[in-house]
Amino acid sequence: MIGVSSNTSAAEKLEYLKTDWSFKGIFGKFDRGALQRGYQVYTEVCSSCHSMKYLSYRNLAEKGGPEFSEAQAKAIAASFEVTDGPNSDGEMFTRPGKLSDKFVMPYENVKAAQAANGGAYPPDMSVLVKARGGGVDYIYSLLQGYDEPPVGVTLDEGVYYNKYMYGNKIKMSNPLSDGIVEYSDGTISSVEQMSKDVTTFLMWAAEPHLETRHKMGFKAIIYLIILTILVYFSMKKIWSRVETEV
Amino acid sequence: MSDHNYTPSSKVGKWFNDRLPLLTLANHLTDYPTPKNLNYWWTFGGILTFCLITQIVTGLTLAMHYIAHADMAFESVEHIMRDVNYGWLIRYIHANGASMFFLAVYIHIFRSLFYGSYKSPREIIWIIGIIIYLLMMAAAFMGYVLPWGQMSFWGATVITNLFSAIPLVGEGIVTWLWGGYSVDNPTLTRFFTLHYLIPFLILGLVVLHIWALHVPGNNNPVGIDIKKPSKDTVPFHPYIVIKDGFALLMFMIVFAFFVFYTPNILGHADNYIEADPLVTPAHIVPEWYLLPFYAILRSVPDKLLGVIAMLSAILILAVLPWLDTSKIRSAVFRPLYKQFYWILVADVLILGYVGAMPAEGLYLLIARVATAYYFLHFLVILPILGFKEKTLPMPLSITEPILGGSPNLAVAKNKESLDK
Amino acid sequence: MAEKKTKRRDFLFTATYAVGAVGVGAVVWPMIDQMNPDASVKALASTEVDVSTVNPGNTITVLWRGKPVFIRRRTQEEIVEAKSVKMDELKHPEKDEDRAKNPEWLVMLGVCTHLGCVPLDQKGDYNGWFCPCHGSHYDISGRIRKGPAPTNMEVPKYEFVNANTIKIG
Repeated sequence: MIGVSSNTSAAEKLEYLKTDWSFKGIFGKFDRGALQRGYQVYTEVCSSCHSMKYLSYRNLAEKGGPEFSEAQAKAIAASFEVTDGPNSDGEMFTRPGKLSDKFVMPYENVKAAQAANGGAYPPDMSVLVKARGGGVDYIYSLLQGYDEPPVGVTLDEGVYYNKYMYGNKIKMSNPLSDGIVEYSDGTISSVEQMSKDVTTFLMWAAEPHLETRHKMGFKAIIYLIILTILVYFSMKKIWSRVETEV
Repeated sequence: MSDHNYTPSSKVGKWFNDRLPLLTLANHLTDYPTPKNLNYWWTFGGILTFCLITQIVTGLTLAMHYIAHADMAFESVEHIMRDVNYGWLIRYIHANGASMFFLAVYIHIFRSLFYGSYKSPREIIWIIGIIIYLLMMAAAFMGYVLPWGQMSFWGATVITNLFSAIPLVGEGIVTWLWGGYSVDNPTLTRFFTLHYLIPFLILGLVVLHIWALHVPGNNNPVGIDIKKPSKDTVPFHPYIVIKDGFALLMFMIVFAFFVFYTPNILGHADNYIEADPLVTPAHIVPEWYLLPFYAILRSVPDKLLGVIAMLSAILILAVLPWLDTSKIRSAVFRPLYKQFYWILVADVLILGYVGAMPAEGLYLLIARVATAYYFLHFLVILPILGFKEKTLPMPLSITEPILGGSPNLAVAKNKESLDK
Repeated sequence: MAEKKTKRRDFLFTATYAVGAVGVGAVVWPMIDQMNPDASVKALASTEVDVSTVNPGNTITVLWRGKPVFIRRRTQEEIVEAKSVKMDELKHPEKDEDRAKNPEWLVMLGVCTHLGCVPLDQKGDYNGWFCPCHGSHYDISGRIRKGPAPTNMEVPKYEFVNANTIKIG
């Protein structure tokens, strides 16, 4: 009700781009292929600046997610250097990642991230979809919203024009271009395709239990309806002893 | 309850009951004579009890995993959402449960306003109810701070700053509330403590609320006093229990829909951004259930007067039993009051709407008019109405609703309300 | 006719109660299960230990699932002593070779089986471990010899990943 207000005061209000999200609706589920491709886009493109600090590599193999096999997830984890320690000499050391490790962060801390990005902190992506008023449609549109600035709009160094950004000025350069990622499943990596895949991945990252929630919700509501009907007839029976209607 | 003579049939039961009359209490609760014409608006008392218990149970379980520390609160909430078994379910029930609780309490309050349930001899029930409502707002506000998102932080900053409006001591009070020079870790830990405490205070007050209710018994849609027990009443169990149960299940279906399919729609996206003391979100808005009062606060251009207006808007309800001078309880027999009642409903809805909008231009004007009307309703319209209004003839009892034999509007209206 | 009616009503009420009870159970379970180990705790089930620096006759203690694990590199004399114990002398008979796959290395949970304290190294009447809480004596194979503890100290699941690394769990 209130969440959508974040763009209302932008001078020209632009409708977000729409696409058919497989995870919307009562029976909504994630598209596994999109999640796996989305993970690839995140790792190869976004993760150089954006952290995802609440996710662990084990999540990649969990049910309802990208569902990489356990071996794949282990291999993914092992491809990252994780700082661990201190060891018995009191020193930190690096080792290959394990399933239980959190996603490795591109920067040590927020200050380091700001210093490397012209003062702008690339937000953590773990719950990014839920942290933006427009949700998935907003992220999906933003990724495709880069454009030449209209006449009269001047941009400072390191600032880019984006149709869907609040105030139209964004400090992130256009991250996607056709073919920037080579999908292992052969899908053509157009900007649109990558936007959709990575947004799906972000949705899962923010709501890892979405599929369980949808399934459980359906069962719960069906159950409640059945019980309501039973209670209704029981109530009618009981109240038939007095002449008042219920 | 003192008029209650009950002897348990078993020896052990009698022995126990002589020492602690729990069985007498149980018997009183099951046999409690309830007007049989109560409509579904009366089921919200039971629904509210359910809401309170749900909030306490889910809250206790969340507290087993939540960490009340500025550096870890946000992360611990994400831990609950991701790793704790059914953590996402419990948190979504708790978060949406707050909204459902307020939805139910507003219906409960407006039912009371329509049927005059706050009038003699039920003033104490009503005042306890208003205290519960105030505590609910405090609990909800502090609970919203706990995830330590942007809205948590800035909501806490804005609301605690209300106290700075108090002359002389205001600043000192705010610093005391914060335990520092800004909302920070000490504020979070004390809010967690109070958020944990308040529901149990509410629970205690609910017991008093029901106790006070059981002295005169329920009001009813016709609003007349009834003899109890009589042919106008039914025992609470099973009649009211099953009816409340049915209504509760309908309520739970709506609740479940929010929890499972739109769990974040009543929250604010900014609260999924971790608190940042350096950046205020573009639009600070409280949760929907506080919006009318937020609109009243913003409609007054003076800081202190704004706070006073907002508080008065709630506290004025406590003296409502004396502001309403009419002896007739139910709006069914008060044609004029009925119209003003619906205008008030609309007024509060409008206040809620403008509370969500930016405080500028037309919105501000509307907020001011609606605020003025809100106070006008309670301070001017209600006291005068009691003397000026020509009420409809009242029936003698709820089973023989005709007085003087002439089938008139009252009967039709009465029938209509009973049918609901 | 009247009897039939009662029966149907009884059935309706029974069905309502039964369905309601199922729902209560379904709601209670998440509230109980939330106290079980969560996904992040379960994920930490195994840990790898570098034992290259442990000399014979020394014990290191590592943390696994929040509990201490003793890893002792035993001397030849200790191995001989551990193997020479007769089964009928033991309260909880277990052969040393069943407890230490590689006789040089004894890996076991450093938790007394009495009430969970951590026994002290190289103490007690049997040259093994001694629990200071209630006086249980363990031998150099971690087997209970004297005192209130009912069983030997538990050997967790472990394996040698390579000559210098033990993976516990």
